[in-house]
Amino acid sequence: MGLLFIDGNQAVAMGAIHSGCRFFASYPITPASNLLAAMLDTLPSAGGIALQGEDEIASIGYCLGASMAGMKVMTATSGPGLSLYSENISFAIAGEIPIVIVNIMRQGPSTGSATRGADGDVQFMRWGCSGGLPVIVLAPADVSDCFTLTVHAFNLAEQFRCPVIIASNKEIGMTSGTLDMERVEKPAVIDRTLHEAGPFLPFQVKIGEDVPPFLPIGGPILVRQTSSTHGPDGYITTNPSEIQAGVERLQRKIDSKAESFSYFDLEERKGARTLLVAYGITAGAARAAAAELSENQNIPVSLLVLKTLWPVPEQVLQAAAVGVERILVVEMNLGQYVQEIRRVLCNQRVDFYGKMSGQLISPTEIIEEVTRG
Amino acid sequence: MDSLLNPNRPPVFCPGCSHDRSVHTLDRALKEMGLKGSDVVIVSDIGCSGLFDTFFKTHAFHGLHGRALTYAAGIKLAQPHLKVIVTMGDGGLGIGGAHFLAACRRNLDLSLLVLNNFNFGMTGGQFSCTTPEQASVASSFLNLLEKPFDVCDVAACAGAPFVARSSVYRKNLPKLLAEAISFEGFAVVDLWGGCPARYMKKNPLSPKEIESAIGKLQPYQGVVSTNIRREYSSYYREEAAKDTAGVDWQGIEKTFEPTVKERREVVFLGSAGQRVITGGTLLGRAAILAGMNVTQKNDYNITVMRGPSVTEVIVSPQAITYTEVGKPDVIVALSEEPVRKCWGLFQKMEKEGRVILAAGVEIPTTDAQVLEVNFKAGGIKKKERALAALSLLAQTGDPVTLEMLREAISQSFHGQRLEEALRILEKAAAIPVHE
Repeated sequence: MGLLFIDGNQAVAMGAIHSGCRFFASYPITPASNLLAAMLDTLPSAGGIALQGEDEIASIGYCLGASMAGMKVMTATSGPGLSLYSENISFAIAGEIPIVIVNIMRQGPSTGSATRGADGDVQFMRWGCSGGLPVIVLAPADVSDCFTLTVHAFNLAEQFRCPVIIASNKEIGMTSGTLDMERVEKPAVIDRTLHEAGPFLPFQVKIGEDVPPFLPIGGPILVRQTSSTHGPDGYITTNPSEIQAGVERLQRKIDSKAESFSYFDLEERKGARTLLVAYGITAGAARAAAAELSENQNIPVSLLVLKTLWPVPEQVLQAAAVGVERILVVEMNLGQYVQEIRRVLCNQRVDFYGKMSGQLISPTEIIEEVTRG
Repeated sequence: MDSLLNPNRPPVFCPGCSHDRSVHTLDRALKEMGLKGSDVVIVSDIGCSGLFDTFFKTHAFHGLHGRALTYAAGIKLAQPHLKVIVTMGDGGLGIGGAHFLAACRRNLDLSLLVLNNFNFGMTGGQFSCTTPEQASVASSFLNLLEKPFDVCDVAACAGAPFVARSSVYRKNLPKLLAEAISFEGFAVVDLWGGCPARYMKKNPLSPKEIESAIGKLQPYQGVVSTNIRREYSSYYREEAAKDTAGVDWQGIEKTFEPTVKERREVVFLGSAGQRVITGGTLLGRAAILAGMNVTQKNDYNITVMRGPSVTEVIVSPQAITYTEVGKPDVIVALSEEPVRKCWGLFQKMEKEGRVILAAGVEIPTTDAQVLEVNFKAGGIKKKERALAALSLLAQTGDPVTLEMLREAISQSFHGQRLEEALRILEKAAAIPVHE
């Protein structure tokens, strides 16, 4: 076995196939179109279904239907399409429908630059749908992450019955790199927990648990799905205490387990006064900058690459920031995730560097920012 | 068979509402067909039609306004044995118009019951896409200005193979619904009825008046013979079974020793049609033959068959962190426009750097060595330029050798394309170059 030469979108497709995804639907949009192409190339011959929807709303709708009928599903888009997904994402949260959503971010706002990268949807992915309940967002930094985090994304979607967004970027999705399949991390595949015995209520959790066991629409036992506020039986409820218990559970099932899926890389260096924090494509430049400063310029710098963006990995941030004088957050936008880091590390100096010009942030720029401080 | 009505949740429609009739008619149809609850899923839309799933002991999916057909399609494709019945009002049909057209064109085996009562009932009687111009509704005069659409005409025009229109009050309606549900393909039934709470107060609509209005329109009674064709789900599976494309999990085996010790950055500045991106990919694949890491980042224009084409390839025995070219080791300059856009790159080059320059393309002064090549005189066509330039680069052995390049080409192409590519290498070897 040798090295694969594939782009991030192809690696996501491979991660999806590996995870058991057998249903994919999306609407063509640069820079996510070649993920649709990759799924069309691979799913039908693997016994699955890949569709091109008539628009983004339909594409995610097909996926939600197929997921409730028992399949592992994925859709892919970019900022303009994610905007159209919004209502169905909140449905997936409310209806506890497992789905992986790949957002290959491009420079915005609006139509923006279709073929230029950015990380401008980082807050939007968390807060871009009604109700304000949590979603999981994972951010790959390279081709290898695209594979591994896609497997994690499916596992989390299945385990927690929720939408999981992969926050990619044109510069990851459409840039090819080498991938060693023998060395890449392949997490064990997890399937959704099925209801086993006894009477079935579609949203009833077991005592001490927060995720209801699943049964597919189409099996011998009748299943209900609804976008309306519902009780455990899947029928509309107007009982305030039942409503409150329901939304609190939807929040708790994700937030209380956040530490178990806080993925990150930490390069801790002795004597470092600065902690660089980056994610996505910018992690590469931050890695290069930290290595250059530490190894050649005698300025040791630590680096934290976040791969789980939401829920915010608060403990990871707090632990990494111990003992440093300054945290420098670098992002391909005008300052979004830095707000979370300022919230978590409220007693420390948190600086920001970023731009959204369609160009990558270079190691040189980061080095200048570090040394300026 | 027994009724599939849910005894614990009787219909809650307004007195005199035609939906109540539709619920019982649908139940009678399901009963006559001998279906079990687990054979059926009711996918309901939003509004009063969105209540339908709760009155039945079947599988149920109640989603977002106008999107019921999309969920239904996903369910049907995943569970082909299910009878998938979609209930949608005229409101949902309007907001989900694109899905309606797509469903008609696609011909997946779903049955759509349009519970057409000419207004948005639940939100207060606003006008919908089927409200008559002269009706008095809660949207002021707006419906006067718009032409309502004929659900059946649209469905037939968009390709639905089964289209029927009926009053909810017709006696033989259970039979028609059973026909629609049994039909193997997309079936649309436009069911006309009245909304007593919102519409009928100002727009009296008796069963007789409904019949008379329907009688004035083109009749639709079921099969539209010109639209009869393969059902999508079984057709999809049949085509998919022929598909042999799969994932390459194997990759490129290492058969050469690395040629360079450090990172190399190569930029191709060309234009569409010169196969610049293919050239970059071949360079990458050649380097991988020596076990090296590679990244390739392309610059995509909104233009396709014209305009600049730029690819950046980084080759390194070490891991590659930053994927953008900062200080190129090699620039292949094939075309004016991208050279002008990347003018500064030439000035960053060092004296060990190399520029492979197509004769006639102007570049800024640079410390790098410039190899000027007259591709035209060498008989190298436009689409052969990137590969020809790459073979000149490979002659230097840095970052790949000609042998590596030839092997990469042999692994990437077959048949005529392979012969063509190997011929370009030969032609390129004979081109006169000027340093």
